[in-house]
Amino acid sequence: MLRPTGVVRWALWAFAGFVLAFVYVPLIVVGINSFNRDRTFGWPPAGFTTQWWQTALTAPGPREALVTSVYAGLGATVIALVLGTLLSLALTRFDFFGRSVVNLLVVLPIALPGIVTGLALQSAISNVLTPVLGISAGLFTIIVGHATFCIVVIFNNVTARLRRMGTSLELASADLGAGPWTTFRRVTFPLLRSALVAGGLLAFGLSFDEIVVTTFTAGPGTPTLPIWIYNNLFRPTQAPVVNVVAVVLVVLSILPVWLAQRIGGREAGASRL
Amino acid sequence: MKRKTPYGLLAAPLLWLVVAYLGALASIFATAFFTTDSFTNEVVPGFSLDNFRALATGTYAGIVGRTLLIAALVTVLCVGLAVPFAFVMARVVPARWRSVGLALVLVPLWASYLVKAYAWRAMLQPEGVLERTLGGTPGYGFVAVVLTLTYLWLPYMILPVYAGFERLPESHLEASADLGGSDWATFRRVVLPALGPSIAAGTVFTFSLSLGDYIAVSIVGGKLQMLGTAVLQNNVLDLPFAAALGTVSVVIMVIYLVAMRRTGALENL
Repeated sequence: MLRPTGVVRWALWAFAGFVLAFVYVPLIVVGINSFNRDRTFGWPPAGFTTQWWQTALTAPGPREALVTSVYAGLGATVIALVLGTLLSLALTRFDFFGRSVVNLLVVLPIALPGIVTGLALQSAISNVLTPVLGISAGLFTIIVGHATFCIVVIFNNVTARLRRMGTSLELASADLGAGPWTTFRRVTFPLLRSALVAGGLLAFGLSFDEIVVTTFTAGPGTPTLPIWIYNNLFRPTQAPVVNVVAVVLVVLSILPVWLAQRIGGREAGASRL
Repeated sequence: MKRKTPYGLLAAPLLWLVVAYLGALASIFATAFFTTDSFTNEVVPGFSLDNFRALATGTYAGIVGRTLLIAALVTVLCVGLAVPFAFVMARVVPARWRSVGLALVLVPLWASYLVKAYAWRAMLQPEGVLERTLGGTPGYGFVAVVLTLTYLWLPYMILPVYAGFERLPESHLEASADLGGSDWATFRRVVLPALGPSIAAGTVFTFSLSLGDYIAVSIVGGKLQMLGTAVLQNNVLDLPFAAALGTVSVVIMVIYLVAMRRTGALENL
């Protein structure tokens, strides 16, 4: 039923092809452009060179930004792993007053527009962190911001796994005389491990690519890779290097999610949303 | 499930979320009611609706209206592209190719948001890909922003709609055909109503993401102003006003979510 045939079928195939082209052509153009011989962009490229790749790989700006991005991603992922797992255990294994409020609170950082979250964190940095604690915007504040919205990624992954696991194994462990900590260490954690790895990869990928909140939390001295691209986007002299870094960013943002899917299966991919 | 409050598990994450996030959020909503001293540019605490009054008049009402228009256009375009595409994926593509097709759409969803917006500069600029291959370009501005945002959020619409097609019971389609409904009648009167909640779920993404965007707008929008760019512009000199603009975008989003809840969209997120 409702399996189109003839002309309709061909029209639908053509439409799907058009959508796929719409999705892929711009990304492919960026890829081709990173080998463009000209400094200024013209289509089609007059010739090809790997010169910009060499320039980009040795340029200090992108490299420092890459290091900042990796540190920020690792820091945010570690914090989110701990906090997200704790929250997930609390919300799936216990029923308590205010449970749905806590659930809402976890989702809020990705549900609200990023610019509002960014604005809020920025004013917290300039009004509280800097005058009271002497911490100015930099790597630390980037990590705090990223961890806040990465918690939900870990939370979703671990919650999906905990629901599927059920409680029988944990109850069996308790019946055999294991305390809560032993049960967690020897039963729950080993069963959660792949969900944690998949969630951690997704959180890292999310942090690595984030720019909306980061604009407000990164100080001028510590750009992440996306911020570095954004700062150099409108400078014609930097255009060839920006193209190369853009390709690197696409690959590095796809890679963690792809790995997470291989490890965690379909439940991992869906929770990125 | 045990009926007990697990304080030990909740303490650390709640401390983080309440202090680092909720506190900051509350202070920015409060700031929306403060004013800025026009001589020193310093924020003056107090309670005043001046920021919201300024928002309701002239330029800024125009910006809010334009942002809503763009978000609506992007949403309509995403629905128009996603429904036929998801239909092909779910019902025309042979079953064994389906996962490949889905992966083809999903992979760009994960590719860097910034680079995707940047990619449209090369497409739209003078002597760019569009002008050289199709003979013309809309240039940076309104059309470019609608196009780029549609591009950015399209996968967020395709995913829920595809899932909606997959959930559609074959028996409903057979019943419609048995009762004499043509394919088109079945599509219009059985499939589309059943897809409603899935489409609504997709629009939550396309609408709210468009509402708060400022990166893509600043990259391909030329001088075009949207809510997001206005927030950024006022951020340094007039924080209370920027906070008021941010508050407006949150209020619009909450209204939209409440409206969508009646369609059952939120269960499909």
